[in-house]
Amino acid sequence: MSKRAMLIDVYYCTGCHSCEVACQQENGYEAKQFGILVTEHILNKKNGLTIDYVPYMTDLCNFCAARVADGGKPSCVKHCQARCITYGTLEEVMEEAKNCKKPMIFVK
Amino acid sequence: MGYKDDVKIVRTGAWSGGPGCHGGCGVELHIKDGKLIKVEGDESHPFMQGRLCPRALALTQYAYHPNRLQRPLKRVGARGEGKWAEISWEEALDEVEYNMNKIRKEYGPEAMVFGQGTGRDAGGSLIFLAYAYGSPNWTLFGLSGISCFTPRLAGMHMVCGDIVFEDAAQFSPLRYDDPDFVVPELMIVWARGMRGSQCADHYFTSHWVIDLMKRGTKIICIDPRMSWTATRSEKWLRPRPGTDGALALGFLHVIINEGLYDKEFVEKWCHGFDELKKRVQEYPPERVEEITWVPKEDIVQVARMYAKAKPASIRFGQPLDCNANSIGTMQALNALWAITGNLDVPGGNVIARPPYGVTIYPYSTHEVVQLYGQEFVDNMNKRRIGADKFPLVKNFRSWALSDSVIEQMETGNPYPIKGLYLYTNNFLACTAQDPKRHYEAVRKLDFNVVADIFMTPTAQAIADIVLPGTTFAEKDSVFTTGIPLNAIRKHIQVGECRSHWDVAFELAKRFNPSSVPWNNLNELFTERIGNSGLTYDELSKKVWELAPKDHPSGTCGYRRHEKGLLRPDGKPGFRTPTGKVELYSTSLESYGLDPLPSHMEPVESPVSTPEIYKEYPLILITGRRMPTMFHSEHRQVPWLRQFENEPIVELHPDTAAELGLNDGQWVWIEGTMGRCKRKLKITPVVHPKTAMAPHGWWLPETEGAAPSFYSTFEINVNNLIPMGKNGTAGYGGAPIKTMLCKIYPLSEGDTIPTENTKMNQLDFTDSYDIVNAQEA
Repeated sequence: MSKRAMLIDVYYCTGCHSCEVACQQENGYEAKQFGILVTEHILNKKNGLTIDYVPYMTDLCNFCAARVADGGKPSCVKHCQARCITYGTLEEVMEEAKNCKKPMIFVK
Repeated sequence: MGYKDDVKIVRTGAWSGGPGCHGGCGVELHIKDGKLIKVEGDESHPFMQGRLCPRALALTQYAYHPNRLQRPLKRVGARGEGKWAEISWEEALDEVEYNMNKIRKEYGPEAMVFGQGTGRDAGGSLIFLAYAYGSPNWTLFGLSGISCFTPRLAGMHMVCGDIVFEDAAQFSPLRYDDPDFVVPELMIVWARGMRGSQCADHYFTSHWVIDLMKRGTKIICIDPRMSWTATRSEKWLRPRPGTDGALALGFLHVIINEGLYDKEFVEKWCHGFDELKKRVQEYPPERVEEITWVPKEDIVQVARMYAKAKPASIRFGQPLDCNANSIGTMQALNALWAITGNLDVPGGNVIARPPYGVTIYPYSTHEVVQLYGQEFVDNMNKRRIGADKFPLVKNFRSWALSDSVIEQMETGNPYPIKGLYLYTNNFLACTAQDPKRHYEAVRKLDFNVVADIFMTPTAQAIADIVLPGTTFAEKDSVFTTGIPLNAIRKHIQVGECRSHWDVAFELAKRFNPSSVPWNNLNELFTERIGNSGLTYDELSKKVWELAPKDHPSGTCGYRRHEKGLLRPDGKPGFRTPTGKVELYSTSLESYGLDPLPSHMEPVESPVSTPEIYKEYPLILITGRRMPTMFHSEHRQVPWLRQFENEPIVELHPDTAAELGLNDGQWVWIEGTMGRCKRKLKITPVVHPKTAMAPHGWWLPETEGAAPSFYSTFEINVNNLIPMGKNGTAGYGGAPIKTMLCKIYPLSEGDTIPTENTKMNQLDFTDSYDIVNAQEA
């Protein structure tokens, strides 16, 4: 079976925290217990400051196996307000990554 | 409705409480054994299309929080002592009825003031109750100049005769796939952050900007803060806070003098272009650079970019309401989208009306009259607080002016105020500028009611009776203030909590039976949504409804001014006295106000008060939003408090270094009015000449009784901000973006407000004493 993967277009993540709370609700995690964690990066580059919010799948993330088995999307994917997270097979998301401005892929 | 195993899944509209915001989105509630176990986005709902904000996703923690108010409370100690007895609803409503009837009998109904928080599912039930009781004094209590949205609404109505919003195909169920929609080539995002204003908000929710960016829209960002949007924009302008009106006039100067405007639209559909042209000559880019700190080359470049892009839209935020001449600022923005031919066209700024003209919470004079009739409204206007002094308070939307309410509480002139009924208004910690002055005025009243979902600093400080309110999952209601028309239905019960529509309906019957011709709320809602042709139960089955294109209510469709769909007389044109876009506003002129846009300096600024600026060299900006907390709400909810968990003030690294301050240390922010404590966060995104301090902070985990009131006075940034500085129009001018301040470390012996907060355990439970009723 193909490997499963999450594709994040970091360019569009606004750091709104929807994915983190969606994950905590779905999995019954307490506050500060994250299946997906968004970190803020403010960097001083040659052309000035940049802000990026970078979602990171932790070891508590199981790609919402039960939801997916049920025909749904992982909770973070569904609720992401920027629509910057995609779930699929590695091959599918590799293809999709070609359309992203700043893609990042997690594979399980 | 469906079932999955033993879980019932229902779709409903979502509108505060819970997420707190202005609503519009649709959700699925997952309910097991009568208990809400999960909230999901509703993918069949066009507003968010399945997406959801963190506050809606945290609803289970909010609804079942151990500190939810679950029974009515009666004060048993002195006011503010923090001692309460639980009483039955019957007893609570009897108390409210008795005390408010006493005030009405002795002083007249206008002696009661009815205050709400921001524009949520509060306004409709509160104006309904106030008008049934007979008081004209419905207000957004505490907010100076009602400086949130109402000034922008007034400005738009004075120029365009309607509300105008940036187009993201939100009026079509097909959204971006609607064949009539055109993706804007350019969008100016003016004074509106992405992260904080990402809630479903009236006619627009901010992640639609991203939907448009992905479809090719280029962004221009205007914001003193280096926001996320600024880093993704073609061009970012960083004006001095409070100078947006001058900047808009600078753009108009370039567009008009270089002939970049839409001559056909101006000739055919605009009134007063020559007068506007004359006025903008006062704002050449060189002068505007001096006022705004924005380089003149940038002003010229952005003006040209906006005028040449077709179509282009402007998205604008609350800071524009904070200048005392916010109406003038909005006149300039309206002129921008009108003269460039971007009004009422796809992908531009479009006329926004509620579906089928249904109104529950009125956003304009038209809507107040629609609900209550011209004669009744005229009569109310005569007695409304502030209407005698401020023409827009008299003539637009029917709010009492909060600043004048406080002055009248203090003086008793022209008539005494004796009671306050608040629904989800936490003025002490959030809404009110100069909160101490508000506290002193309100604590002297004869009778105060606070209806809210949690115990708040405001309820602790001033309430005699506290009524427990509901989340959206616990109530029947209708959402109409944006799009689409949503039905909200009750699916769970928490404690003895009751929706405010339910409470207002029963109290209105007691105060004035003739004002309640309906047998129940279901009938009331059916009558209110009558124009849609649906009953409330029918709408509930559909959950949401948008009016078809070119429906006479003018809900959707474009170029409706050409088709005669905007004016009540059916003629082409706009709903203004001249039938045209009034670049020169005849309405404002008839009220004795400036018919043309202009800039006004803030009450304190480097320009208007250079002496004060020497001692207080930073411009204090408050009111920036957080994605996880709506105004003063959500401080108790672990899933939401886990992110920004302390009251901070943000300084630029250079500024902090100059002051010798370190990241994470507690500091005083002090201005000419007073001071407050904050924890310092050093970040390069803020302008070096500004300090940014989010508003609405209180600490539910600290002492609730006087004098602490959950630490609110200690950390309230509004201590530095005066009320009563609103301009001649009445609306606008809470100087929450422009007061001057200085920042210095705490002294030895100053306590740190969060020193006992169990931040690691995320335990934010509050405390108030329930005294046995017999004991009391």
